[in-house]
Amino acid sequence: MADRPASVRINDFEEVDTGLTPDEAIAEAERCLQCKKPLCVKGCPVCIDIPAFVHAVAEGDFRGAARTLKEQNMLPAICGRVCPQETQCEGACVLGIKETPVRIGALERFVADWERQEGAELPEVARPTGKRVAVVGSGPAGLTAAAGVARAGHAVTIFESLHEAGGVLTYGIPSFRLPEDVVRAEIDQVLALGVRLKKNHLAGRSVSIDELLGYDAVFLATGAGLPVFMGIPGENRNGVYSANEFLTRVNLMHADAFPGFDTPVLHGARVAVIGGGNVAMDSARVARRMGAKVFLVYRRREEDMPARKVEVSHAREEGIEFVTCTNPIRILGEECVIGLECVEMSLCDLDESGRPSPEPIPGSEFIIDVDMVIQAIGTGPNPLLVSLIPGLERGRRGNVVVDDNGRTSIPHVYAGGDIATGAATVIEAMGSAKRAAAAMNAMLKGE
Amino acid sequence: MKRLYRVELAIKLADRVYEYWIRAPQVAQHARAGQFLILRLHERGERIPLTISAVRGDAVRVIFMAVGKTTQELATLRAGDSIMDVAGPLGRPSEIARYGTCCVVGGGVGIAGTPLIAEELKRAGNHVIGIIGARSADLLVLEDEMRGICDELYVTTDDGSRGAHGFAADVLKRLLGERVIDCVWIIGPAIMMKITSGVTAPYGVKTYVSLNPIMVDGTGMCGSCRVTVGGETKFACVDGPEFDAHQVDFVELMQRQRIYTGQEKISLERYAEHQCRCGEGGGSHG
Ligand SMILES: Cc1cc2nc3c(=O)[nH]c(=O)nc-3n(C[C@H](O)[C@H](O)[C@H](O)COP(=O)(O)OP(=O)(O)OC[C@H]3O[C@@H](n4cnc5c(N)ncnc54)[C@H](O)[C@@H]3O)c2cc1C
Ligand SMILES: Cc1cc2nc3c(=O)[nH]c(=O)nc-3n(C[C@H](O)[C@H](O)[C@H](O)COP(=O)(O)OP(=O)(O)OC[C@H]3O[C@@H](n4cnc5c(N)ncnc54)[C@H](O)[C@@H]3O)c2cc1C
Ligand code: SF4
Ligand code: SF4
Ligand code: FES
Repeated sequence: MADRPASVRINDFEEVDTGLTPDEAIAEAERCLQCKKPLCVKGCPVCIDIPAFVHAVAEGDFRGAARTLKEQNMLPAICGRVCPQETQCEGACVLGIKETPVRIGALERFVADWERQEGAELPEVARPTGKRVAVVGSGPAGLTAAAGVARAGHAVTIFESLHEAGGVLTYGIPSFRLPEDVVRAEIDQVLALGVRLKKNHLAGRSVSIDELLGYDAVFLATGAGLPVFMGIPGENRNGVYSANEFLTRVNLMHADAFPGFDTPVLHGARVAVIGGGNVAMDSARVARRMGAKVFLVYRRREEDMPARKVEVSHAREEGIEFVTCTNPIRILGEECVIGLECVEMSLCDLDESGRPSPEPIPGSEFIIDVDMVIQAIGTGPNPLLVSLIPGLERGRRGNVVVDDNGRTSIPHVYAGGDIATGAATVIEAMGSAKRAAAAMNAMLKGE
Repeated sequence: MKRLYRVELAIKLADRVYEYWIRAPQVAQHARAGQFLILRLHERGERIPLTISAVRGDAVRVIFMAVGKTTQELATLRAGDSIMDVAGPLGRPSEIARYGTCCVVGGGVGIAGTPLIAEELKRAGNHVIGIIGARSADLLVLEDEMRGICDELYVTTDDGSRGAHGFAADVLKRLLGERVIDCVWIIGPAIMMKITSGVTAPYGVKTYVSLNPIMVDGTGMCGSCRVTVGGETKFACVDGPEFDAHQVDFVELMQRQRIYTGQEKISLERYAEHQCRCGEGGGSHG
């Protein structure tokens, strides 16, 4: 497994990491101690039987390994690539105490990629029960719940407002981290369980609330796609994007290939990306691949960035310039952007997140010369559908309130993923969806 | 290639203006006045918003002007051809209520959005006055239909080739001076909406305009469609498209509509070249 050199990869959207060879995979799998009480499994929100699948890899039984993965996770090629393994399964692996943990994510990706090439096997599906389940949203939460409920024999319909399934996997995460064909293949496997996908259906508009609530169970997985803007002057100038818009134009609409594709996007020569999370890294690296000089403007220090360490170092290797301890205060220009005015921040006492809280330093204002600005400072729960459902309890930030099993304030309505938790991770969204699917299956059985 | 949404009827109404009926049951069954749809012609296509102009069974009507690449390519489709994606209905429906006397003003291709609003206002018990205007007689659409719906209909053309010589705003201004009008809708190009809503402001009449910023998803996820209304940023696709006209920052709207002028030109030139090489009607693609 190796990363392609930064100087090469900034010229394309091909995957950064080329994956393990079979020999490398077997050698890595052989490092596993096959713990009796495997800590790694506790670190996996979908409870993959990690020792079992790793053992199968060590034996060269890739088919068996794939079967074990699919028992708990229908999206292994995706998770193997984008899970924050360092804080999940690998973070818990006992080997990590003294040396490096087993590279569970890389092994998972290897097995899933192998299976995709060799032909995927489908897990068993129970006999039809005659019960109908509606899933709203086809991101990782919706797909996982749909698979879980379909395998119990219920008839599942997913409503997706966009013209492609996958949620953030499709419109947000760029292909150099998660290739489009990988996402599509795993979605197709979920659909092959008999799940119906209705694209171009915005629930609440194309499907009425009455129609939706008429299903025997409903799972809301509409995500946290509402972009947040900083609220600084000049934000509506031409050339200021939310990360969601910029990434959607490029990933979903292929605007980087304009005019071969019809959707345009601005090509900034000098681009400021505001934020320090995964979304900011992705935006910066996409802009870089489109030829820009990119400044990543973050109000705390590099070590405080919430993005995965590997993404931060990839971004650095690719020549992204980090402007830390800096906060934007104004976007300059008339019709178009001609600069970003910032102020330096000093880091004071720790705040409730345990990180130093940034305070502007008076008189330290300066201007970064840019012609485009991308704001990646966060997203909120998608308000549209959930605000239309009468009696659905929501939290202060607009998220749907659920219990551990995804139950909402309406008896047969469940929710999971980012709409319930606020922007989180793929695997947490899947974990919550799995628990909700189990609860829905139990409810539909009359338990 | 899977194409799902069939064109049932394709009619040329005027120079560069077309009326299309598209089968899209999920849109037709739920559409209300004031809403729009988003279509994508093929795998390489852009998502473009168009107002839902009428509904019949499982089909919806759109009326559009072929101004750029996507609308010109759409205009090459014939009955029986298909469109890859149609999503909707999108946006909040118009605020229909019993206001008393209402005026529904359409300018140019914006007239497309007037019949459904006029109809629903009528059904709610209002006295409905229609004012429709275009540059010239051959660009005036839906006159008969609007005459059938409205209690009164006024027609204007910029060049006087049909109806009164002048602008819809002139008629509106005269009516406001003569009698009480309780609520006004204005749909048309941004500059026309700006000028026309300026006429109602001194009278303090509640006035709605239907904004048309550049959109991508149309579901509130990207912020491409953001507009400033009453000093606050709103997303036209989910908070609108109709807003209180007197609060809208039209200058910003028009500025944001120009973001891609350069690219739009490239796209169109490339398309025109391609059309020449492939001959007329070679609209299939992707
Ligand atoms: C750029 C980016 C990079 C990220 N990188 C990582 C990463 O590396 N690792 C990681 O673990 N996480 C990452 N995340 C976070 C992760 O993608 C999300 O936590 C996860 O996708 C949430 O899944 P979900 O199913 O809840 O929602 P989403 O993936 O947001 O899917 C929601 C879906 O619902 C649809 N929808 C919404 N409303 C309606 C409606 N009314 N009717 C029909 N459909 C509707 C939307 O169109 C969308 O397809 C990243 C996020 C972004 C934006
Ligand atoms: C809610 C709404 C309803 C609309 N209803 C109608 C209608 O009923 N009839 C009609 O003829 N037009 C309507 N429009 C405008 C229509 O969407 C544009 O004319 C169309 O997108 C142009 O695409 P194009 O590729 O042919 O032209 P382009 O060359 O791409 O652009 C020409 C013009 O269209 C605007 N435009 C381009 N792309 C978009 C986009 N994705 N979203 C919005 N505007 C865009 C540009 O600002 C430019 O001024 C509506 C727009 C909105 C937002
Ligand atoms: S799904 Fe994610 S957390 Fe679970 S084992 Fe795989 S990589 Fe680790
Ligand atoms: S904790 Fe590490 S060593 Fe133990 S079973 Fe899990 S992967 Fe293997
Ligand atoms: S078009 Fe994306 S938020 Fe309105």
